[in-house]
Amino acid sequence: MKIAIASGKGGTGKTTLSTNLSLLMAETMNIQLVDLDVEEPNSGLFLDLEFVNELIQYNMKPQWEASMCTLCGNCQKVCNFNAIMQLGSHIQVLPQLCKSCFACSELCPTNSLPMQKERIGKVQHYQTEKLTFIEGRMDIGQENASAMIAKTMKFANSLNSNEIAIYDAPPGASCPAIEATKDADLVILVTEPTPFGLNDLAIAVETMQKLKRDIAVVINRDGIGDDGVINYCNKQKIDIIAKIPNSKKVAQLYSNGIIVYDKVAEFKAELIKIKDYILAKKIGSEI
Amino acid sequence: MKEIVIISGKGGTGKTSVMTAISYLAGNKAVVADCDVDAADVHLLLKPKILKREDFYSGVFAKIHQEGCITCGLCRDTCRFDAINVKDNKYSVDVVSCEGCGYCARVCPVRAIKMIPQKAGEWFISKTRVDNILVHAKLGIGAENSGKLVAKVKNEAKRIAEDLKCEYVIVDGAPGVGCPVISSITGADYVIFVTEPTVSGVHDLERVHQVVQRFKIPSGCIINKCDINLEKAQEIKEFLDKEDIELLAELPYDEAFTKAMLLGKTIAEYPDDKNNPIKEKLEHVWEVLQKK
Repeated sequence: MKIAIASGKGGTGKTTLSTNLSLLMAETMNIQLVDLDVEEPNSGLFLDLEFVNELIQYNMKPQWEASMCTLCGNCQKVCNFNAIMQLGSHIQVLPQLCKSCFACSELCPTNSLPMQKERIGKVQHYQTEKLTFIEGRMDIGQENASAMIAKTMKFANSLNSNEIAIYDAPPGASCPAIEATKDADLVILVTEPTPFGLNDLAIAVETMQKLKRDIAVVINRDGIGDDGVINYCNKQKIDIIAKIPNSKKVAQLYSNGIIVYDKVAEFKAELIKIKDYILAKKIGSEI
Repeated sequence: MKEIVIISGKGGTGKTSVMTAISYLAGNKAVVADCDVDAADVHLLLKPKILKREDFYSGVFAKIHQEGCITCGLCRDTCRFDAINVKDNKYSVDVVSCEGCGYCARVCPVRAIKMIPQKAGEWFISKTRVDNILVHAKLGIGAENSGKLVAKVKNEAKRIAEDLKCEYVIVDGAPGVGCPVISSITGADYVIFVTEPTVSGVHDLERVHQVVQRFKIPSGCIINKCDINLEKAQEIKEFLDKEDIELLAELPYDEAFTKAMLLGKTIAEYPDDKNNPIKEKLEHVWEVLQKK
């Protein structure tokens, strides 16, 4: 079963929830935690696990080989992204604009644009007895988070040895968040009870509902704002699984990269509600 | 005309709260822009009245003409993005996965695939309640946030600033380190990092700083919630010093950030009595920015 922890607004507590929930559930089950916030992956800062391996990830981009090229210009003609240009007797590839559709390469009559690997980031694999941790980390300067997210998920899926996978998704509701939640059986949207939290939650909910994902909400830092999020969820008939109270102690532990659920009872109590909700869904889906 | 872009790397550090306060202090000296087009929040505090609304088209997506389709499956075999589905021998395009490369349309033996322009969102020019023009946008559901809409918002803001002879463009940048943020900082004269003294804040600041460094843009930093972890705050200050980033302000954790938001005000307006240390520090930041 795959659970995605997502949000509209950044900074609501996705990583705090995914790391703590994974460790709680790993006390009794085999859990896989996957950090899909490939632009700013920081789940690993809270975990102390044994390193297994690292895999460099690549995209394919065309590389011009002049020797057989007849300068017919077909490559420029078939590229919809202006990523390849004929400049006199030279073919110029702009790899940042290329989306790796392979059209220029495969439609070249002289095979003068073979596709070559271009590094986009790395996937790291860590392990303890019951917890597998996979992190996707995009290289600085790369622009396309979705491609790196897809590769990280593919690697995580290939391991296939865990009962539940928890994905720490990137914030927002555009392509990276959509890619990261694509396979999820349940998307948990973490929000804060403030006007910014509500505004961005509504955007994420609209997106997830349009894509027919199963969603539920966790309110973090409950007590700092107002009832706007609660009223919205009630109106939309979205389950609020848990309300984690605002806590200076949690904030301070978090600031030092320390796991909190075993140190703050109210936090653990809310996590158990989330765990129970997930397990109920799991049993429900297996019937 | 100076373009100032406010980014964070990590979400939730207070970027938008700080940007809207500076927008209030700048008043009609600035045109302001919300480039966080995926989850835009600036309008919640600046309460803009929309003056102009435009559709934003970016890219195309494939559409299979069912009557012409001979179900040969060549489109599906060719597509590198798993964007063509087949069910009950009916072929259809998943618009969210489709990248708009047009390769399927080129290989279709009966020309049954057309490429349709995609509406990627909307953008707006508005007048705020704090006496400036706001350029903002809403990204369409499932639309790619490739930075093009971000670039549109910024370029419109710059054009308006030139027309109105405003000295500043103040931009609420996108989070992360990818295309939207790269698009937010392209052409900026000064970048402000808003960060927090936590391990995640430090990690994300170091990554987003690497992006800004490639562009060689001078930068400054505001450490928000500075008193929640003095050791981490010190670590950030040492990083700023080493990387030649100006420390603009240290703001203590203050419930006023949320209280102001609930009242629909910027943190420069609430509390509105003499005792508003956050406002004083941001006024100082605004003075420093004007001297550059």
